[in-house]
Amino acid sequence: MIEALRERVNGDTGLVRRGRYLSTTFLLEIGNTAWLIAIHEGRLMSVTKGPFVMPSWSFALRTSDEEWDKFSARRPPPGSNDLMALIKRRVLKAEGDLQIFMANLRYFKDALAKLRTRDGASA
Amino acid sequence: MSASFEPIIGRYMHLDLFGRAHRVYVEEAGSGTPLLCLHTAGADGRQYRGLMNDPRVTRRHRVIAFDMPWHGKSSPPSGWHDEEYQLTSVQYMTMILAVIDALDLDRPILIGCSIGGRIALHLALEHPESFRAIIGLQAGAHVDPYYDLNFLHRPDVHGGEVAAAIVSGLVGPDAPEAEKWETLWYYAQSGPGVFKGDLYFYKIDGDIRARIAEIDTKRCPLFLLSGEYDYSCTPEETLAVARSIPGSEATIMKGLGHFPMSENPGEFLKHLLPVLEKIGGQGS
Repeated sequence: MIEALRERVNGDTGLVRRGRYLSTTFLLEIGNTAWLIAIHEGRLMSVTKGPFVMPSWSFALRTSDEEWDKFSARRPPPGSNDLMALIKRRVLKAEGDLQIFMANLRYFKDALAKLRTRDGASA
Repeated sequence: MSASFEPIIGRYMHLDLFGRAHRVYVEEAGSGTPLLCLHTAGADGRQYRGLMNDPRVTRRHRVIAFDMPWHGKSSPPSGWHDEEYQLTSVQYMTMILAVIDALDLDRPILIGCSIGGRIALHLALEHPESFRAIIGLQAGAHVDPYYDLNFLHRPDVHGGEVAAAIVSGLVGPDAPEAEKWETLWYYAQSGPGVFKGDLYFYKIDGDIRARIAEIDTKRCPLFLLSGEYDYSCTPEETLAVARSIPGSEATIMKGLGHFPMSENPGEFLKHLLPVLEKIGGQGS
């Protein structure tokens, strides 16, 4: 579940430390479902599931259920092992103020990789 | 605790490139057939530490890696502070041939990764007589940009952090943690705008798709080794290159990524040693 992200990120002191200058809200959209993820100084404050009426976010990451399942596998197949791999294949769209995403790229990669589970699919 | 030394020796070489004085750092280990190693974009010759420290390679090969100007311990030329660094195919080839000349290497084996693999294809086309054999790692004919390269060099994004973060997923899943992060550290150390300047060659100037089929492997044998997990130069792209060059030999390396010699030297050598054996056996 995407909601598990809060506990997993906040429980990683190294990750929170790397994000200490990061405060933003971004949108993660997988298939027809979206979540707003609010970060304050590296800690996840809330993970809110849509639908939303007027969501505000700095940047959005949008992909399909199928691609997200592959990304979330314990050992993702080639081409699905990294956010940039998905972007390269044009199956993940990053839009909005991408300076925040790129300036904290390792943070966002590491945070979303925490949704990977032992037995494959994430949600 | 006792100290130990690796067999690698480094020196600074002064030579003129493109009409300007340069100070270039060169490392080497071993003796025998010269094996000239080209590092990836935004990195340096330390990526070849695994080859230089492996007696199975060094007992028959003089393994040499130089840091390109602007990279590693090589300096940018005087005046760099007012310039934008951009690598071109012509400059890159000129530099490699000048280093071979300066070190008096007799038809070395060339091994290059990523941008080094791309320029290896250019050299296979333009200067096959200068090399005993050419080994392209992660060598494709072209890569379309898949992110805005301007993020690599702007004051509100840390250049070293973003370079390392961009390439982190290009490391294969089986890489030992220490080797993975050693590889990413080199990226984090890269000078401002250098990775971006190298990618000018990789993604724009160095496109060789139109001429790739003209490479003649009878004049210089060509081997292509690519990691399965590389999404920058994919296995499919390497195989496409191989299909268009008769006589070339391509191998897809399971579990490896974009930096095989650096991210996982042990696994990479399983693929490289038979190639070196084959080149040695050709006795050319």
